[in-house]
Amino acid sequence: MNFREFLKENIVLFDGGMGTLLQQRGLKAGQLPERMNITERDVITEIHTAYFDAGSNVVTANTFGASSLKFSDDELEEIIKAAIENVKEAAQKSVSYAEKFVALDIGPLGRLLKPLGDLDFEEAVKIFAKTVTLGEKYGADLIIIETMNDSYETKAAVLAAKENSNLPIVVTNAYGEDKKLMTGASPATMAVMLSSLDVDMIGANCSLGPKELYDVIRDLLKYSKKPVVFQPNAGLPMVKDGQTVFNITAKEFASSVCDLVDKGVRGVGGCCGTTPEYIAELRKGIIDKKPKPVLKKNYTAVTSYTNTVFFGDSPLLIGERINPTGKKRFKEALKNGDMDYILNEGVLQQEKGAHILDVNVGLPEIDEEKMLVSAVKELQAVTDLPLQIDTSDFLALESALRIYNGKPLINSVNGKKESMDAVFPLVKKYGGTVIALTLDENGIPKTSEERVSIAEKILNEAQKYGIDKTDIVFDTLALTVSAENDAAVHTLNALKTIKEKLGCHTSLGVSNVSFGLPNRDTVNSTFFALALNNGLSAAIMNPFSVAMMNTYYSFKVLSGQDQNCSDYINNCGNSDTNNDIKTEELTLESAIIKGFKDKAGEITKELLKSENPLDIVNLKIIPALNEVGVAYEEKRAYLPSLLISAEAAKSAFEVIKSTIKSENNENKGKIVIATVKGDIHDIGKNILKLLLENYGFSVVDLGKDVAPEKVLEAVIEHKAKIVGLSALMTTTVPFMEETVKLIHQKVKDCVVMVGGAVLTQEYADSIGADKYAKDALEGVRYAESII
Amino acid sequence: MYEITVKTFSAPIIRKNEILRFAKVKHPTEDILSLLDEVIGLCENELEYKVCFAVLPLKIKENLCDFSCFSLKSKNLSENLSSSKEAVVFAATLGAKIDRLINKYSRISPSKALLIDAFATERIEALCDEFTGSLNFKTSPRFSAGYGDLKIENQKEIFAFLNPSKHIGLTLNESLTMSPSKSVTAFMGIV
Repeated sequence: MNFREFLKENIVLFDGGMGTLLQQRGLKAGQLPERMNITERDVITEIHTAYFDAGSNVVTANTFGASSLKFSDDELEEIIKAAIENVKEAAQKSVSYAEKFVALDIGPLGRLLKPLGDLDFEEAVKIFAKTVTLGEKYGADLIIIETMNDSYETKAAVLAAKENSNLPIVVTNAYGEDKKLMTGASPATMAVMLSSLDVDMIGANCSLGPKELYDVIRDLLKYSKKPVVFQPNAGLPMVKDGQTVFNITAKEFASSVCDLVDKGVRGVGGCCGTTPEYIAELRKGIIDKKPKPVLKKNYTAVTSYTNTVFFGDSPLLIGERINPTGKKRFKEALKNGDMDYILNEGVLQQEKGAHILDVNVGLPEIDEEKMLVSAVKELQAVTDLPLQIDTSDFLALESALRIYNGKPLINSVNGKKESMDAVFPLVKKYGGTVIALTLDENGIPKTSEERVSIAEKILNEAQKYGIDKTDIVFDTLALTVSAENDAAVHTLNALKTIKEKLGCHTSLGVSNVSFGLPNRDTVNSTFFALALNNGLSAAIMNPFSVAMMNTYYSFKVLSGQDQNCSDYINNCGNSDTNNDIKTEELTLESAIIKGFKDKAGEITKELLKSENPLDIVNLKIIPALNEVGVAYEEKRAYLPSLLISAEAAKSAFEVIKSTIKSENNENKGKIVIATVKGDIHDIGKNILKLLLENYGFSVVDLGKDVAPEKVLEAVIEHKAKIVGLSALMTTTVPFMEETVKLIHQKVKDCVVMVGGAVLTQEYADSIGADKYAKDALEGVRYAESII
Repeated sequence: MYEITVKTFSAPIIRKNEILRFAKVKHPTEDILSLLDEVIGLCENELEYKVCFAVLPLKIKENLCDFSCFSLKSKNLSENLSSSKEAVVFAATLGAKIDRLINKYSRISPSKALLIDAFATERIEALCDEFTGSLNFKTSPRFSAGYGDLKIENQKEIFAFLNPSKHIGLTLNESLTMSPSKSVTAFMGIV
């Protein structure tokens, strides 16, 4: 019987702790326990045998930390081979009659993935892949990915397992006292994400005892579409006579864990502090219990790296602003790789109340795959909203799905065979909920009946891939009413039928309906209200539209979804908060000097009605900035004040940029900036960027941890005259030196200025930099002297 | 066997003057103070206060500090620990969420990022003080890899011994920086 067959009919008994037992047998802190598979075979086999004898069905090979990060390829292979052989030998020696399986054990790599750490996601996948491949080669029956405290690393390990073997995958995460993973994911989020990645079992292990993890398991049982597994510690650690011991006995442990078997847990075992005695007690506890079937879960949900958003509880708002269609300023940002602009759009939509952010960066002139991956990576570093990956380029879609940290919303599939053939395998592999457009090879049908029948066709096809209807959200396509009078009626009818007859959730891009009409906001928001009343689950819309937001909050009140009308009242409060400063009392200069971000933008908008944009910049913004700059240089003002003003000036510039034609927007020249390879902190560099932009320079920001060759590439591509490099650590300064030398070697007429916490004038001289800037403003003054 | 103990602390009292000192602000304006309050509000729930540590026997000979399970060569560390027969080695962290906030605001509002960074620096210092205060013995001042002649490369030994990635989620990057970034590893002599 293979593991999957066994799992269908049984409660699976896993094994218990290994580390504590190895320490008792002489393993010292700092030593690598995986080497003991070869050097202390007898010891390891004896522990495995004891677990099998206690009744374990699954014994995990001693490969927790076996990765190419710690071992050479040859040693890794030897270790994994020996580790699996040890379990197999133990299975043979054991006197137990229970069904026995050997698990390859995969623990965390001990490095954090980008952006929190420096390990690239794909690099992590490769490292896990090596371990997986060897595990399958030497005969593991299943893979256990365990003690993971980061959702992203968990995903990397799962992808590696799926791509390099057909073995069953069991995933258990380590939840902290706050019932979350170290990087923030809730149990519900992990259950939704891992169910969607189609692993075989989902659970919790390590970190706490069975009682403390009770709520975690309850949530996993509630949201996991797969059997749940539970392997807690033997309670909480205490130090007794200089030794760490755990505070609950084998009997207490087994009784707490088995209570959860009654609630539906299908796999049990132990982690730190548990021994074969604990497993024997667990065996006694489950022997007469019948496995409970995994209950069908009917939710439709997407997640970010931390949070889950459910369809159906209340209508969802999908922010549509990250999309270049019809937006000059956005297109310009995409062409210039101005990621901060895109991030800002994301954060502002979240502040306005969006639940999900649509991400569309398709533009003919740009490499969409590269841009989409980069936008998704950057957005998921600054927002905890789930993302809707919006592209018609299947390659771009796959690349973005790979690196997405969570279960994304995918926009979109449609009834065309080509679309379903391309999108459904990706949904199956990477997980996700997909928006399905009710159109096919014949275009968009006019009637609602025809749209519903396309929806049925899509559901049937999805089923062939094993994709459940809960993972499909239908968009019945809002067409322009000015072109066809009954367009909205058909859309709404189709929406209602799909909701009622097919039992699926729905979504609409609401704004299309009003094309060509005056006062579009009114038409859109009325259509939105009608759609909500017909059961719309989610709208792709502009959260900045006051009319739309008012409709949304009114609908919630009127449909009884807003207790005490509190959301509605809050929303009204928000639209009234033009704070207590009256615009007429402020000049643009004083708004900038005082750092009133919103006011600076508003006043600029007003001024543009009567004044020339260049005059506003040269006669108002720059003098105001200079005043603050001089105060800072004379130590009358501090850096936070300078930055508050710079941010206000930036918001004034944003208004100007989005209003004037781009040819009038010629700036002084391009400057490439980067934090050097190895350095993953970049506040200083971002401060420099803000100030340089204020002073009219166009900045190409390469981000952090940037290799010397990348800097060179950008300098050549953008014909930059100045490069700004920052480094924070003495260990990364050598990369700064390498970058400076490379640029001086390959490019004429390009100067390099450097800065950062550890740098000094002498150091800057010694590595050949043209300029050491002690702070960002000095960097700006230097740039002005060059260009 | 030397036990590695994990402790979680509750939030130490916030010292605004320290935060301002880290932000290099001597005489804060009203604007800066209100921004600071806003920033503290943003961050307060995003912090954890975790420490893992071990008490090790110590023998010092010719600038070699022998902690029995590993040893480090450093004149300055030897001087710092010279009057001790035992030493504490510890790792402390504020966790990953605060890094995400710093990263986020450094992209959309550097003024806030600057103050969040200063706040987090004050917090990690406060955590180290809280931890030191919780020990039932007196200690010499904290000494970290990267101080004086104790090379930053020694972080590798410290991490191999304490295994803080397992205990408190603290990892060492290739560049020997730590992630989460608002973290400290250090030695203290028991005096």
